[in-house]
Amino acid sequence: MPAHTASGSHEGLTGRVVLDAGDIQRAVTRISHEILERNKGSEDLLLLGLQTRGVPLAERIAASIAQVEGTTVATGSLDVTMYRDDLRDHPTRVASRTQVPAGGIDGKTVVLVDDVLYSGRTIRAALDAVSDLGRPAVVRLAVLVDRGHRELPIRADHVGKNLPTARSERVSLRLVETDGEDEVRIIGIVDSTGPTDGGEA
Amino acid sequence: MNRHLLSIDDLEVSDIEDIFTTAAEMHDVQKRSVKKLPALRGRTVINLFFEDSTRTRSSFEIAGKWLSADVINLSAKGSSASKGESLRDTVLTVTAMGIDGLVVRHGASGAAEQISRWVDVPVINAGDGTHEHPTQALLDGYTLTRRLGTLEGKHVAIVGDLTHSRVFRSNVKSLVKLGATVTVVAPPTLMPAGVADWSKEAGFATSYDLDPVLPEADAVMMLRVQRERMSGGFFPTAREYTVGYGLTRDRLSLLKPGTPILHPGPMNRGLEISADAADAIDSAVLDQVSAGVAVRMSVLYHLLTGEPQGNEGVGE
Repeated sequence: MPAHTASGSHEGLTGRVVLDAGDIQRAVTRISHEILERNKGSEDLLLLGLQTRGVPLAERIAASIAQVEGTTVATGSLDVTMYRDDLRDHPTRVASRTQVPAGGIDGKTVVLVDDVLYSGRTIRAALDAVSDLGRPAVVRLAVLVDRGHRELPIRADHVGKNLPTARSERVSLRLVETDGEDEVRIIGIVDSTGPTDGGEA
Repeated sequence: MNRHLLSIDDLEVSDIEDIFTTAAEMHDVQKRSVKKLPALRGRTVINLFFEDSTRTRSSFEIAGKWLSADVINLSAKGSSASKGESLRDTVLTVTAMGIDGLVVRHGASGAAEQISRWVDVPVINAGDGTHEHPTQALLDGYTLTRRLGTLEGKHVAIVGDLTHSRVFRSNVKSLVKLGATVTVVAPPTLMPAGVADWSKEAGFATSYDLDPVLPEADAVMMLRVQRERMSGGFFPTAREYTVGYGLTRDRLSLLKPGTPILHPGPMNRGLEISADAADAIDSAVLDQVSAGVAVRMSVLYHLLTGEPQGNEGVGE
């Protein structure tokens, strides 16, 4: 049973860097401002990070909002493993933590935060998971990278960087909290099966 | 992870850790108002019970249902087995209906393994004779890990009717795998034959004397005296058993404060465990029951999802 192998685990592979640490920080800051603008403040906001790399990103956005507004925004984590539509075809994944603040999600403006938006299947699973947790007033989606190639009618409300890619390419997104460094790379390996795997949505 | 769960031997330490990690998440689901995950939607699990059971069967049933599987319970009473159908025919008939998993309890040791050779779906052993009861050991290990933080270096005493106990056999294997020191305590008549060699090989201690073990223990697991499996003569009277090996009120004071007390149930109150111990603040008996659902959800999930041909995936 291999661990949840996500997009950031391509250490040693080459490819080109498309976002460096500064770019990522600026993108997080911009997303934070957009979320505040769209929500007209930080009231009733709940940032729900998708496991694995969405969780630290949600924390970063919360920290950035705290800097701007001087208020604390609730954060949580969401694991969509049990809601995936490809459980039959992939090696079994171990579930990771779903943690929602004590107040629950009912009536909140829930912003789902993920690292890479790709097929949209992870987000589909996340929407199902959210509806089992409660009934938020609004659900929005913030992603650091949108690489295109959607397979479902899903789009992000807040995007750090639109990254046009070929299906044969891989996006490797690494964060300090999970991988020791901040970096987004495009790697041009050809994988004909077309990954709709963990870490990429 | 192996395709079947017949014995704790089927699991690597990392498999057990994975099962515990997923079980912790499943445990949280029990606290939600919507207790349902879609992971096994469209799958059918049959609980095939040739022996009586309340908690194991119902917790497998709840576990399957909370994962959205369709669960069907078949017991030997009222099935064709009571009309003389052979085990093989019963099992093949049931699996021919197109099921995805089989949970089996049987009075004969090795029955689950035998069944796993006949069918092409995952088989989970829910207790076979006096051999093994792996999901019970997993839920005990999970409960202890939650209580003690880790089992590494912890001392667990397993006390009671060892001869007839599949719970003991599975637990010794899993606790030793998880790094615990295990001492098993029983009267000489209820100590299994050949335990001396096995304990040396597997790395656990045996004792006929309970009182010196209790102060050393970080956890105590009391086992049920299985009178239905006894043909008599294992101990003179129930009273004598209690005096020697029951967890009485007096013996509670020998335990370190906060030592969890486990019992796989059903309990014979007043025989192997006193009401004071069963209802003590450190009693983990009800934790074991709630962990039972979470751990069985985790086991069903790990065995019934993933690629059909082995789980040795390469990640991506």
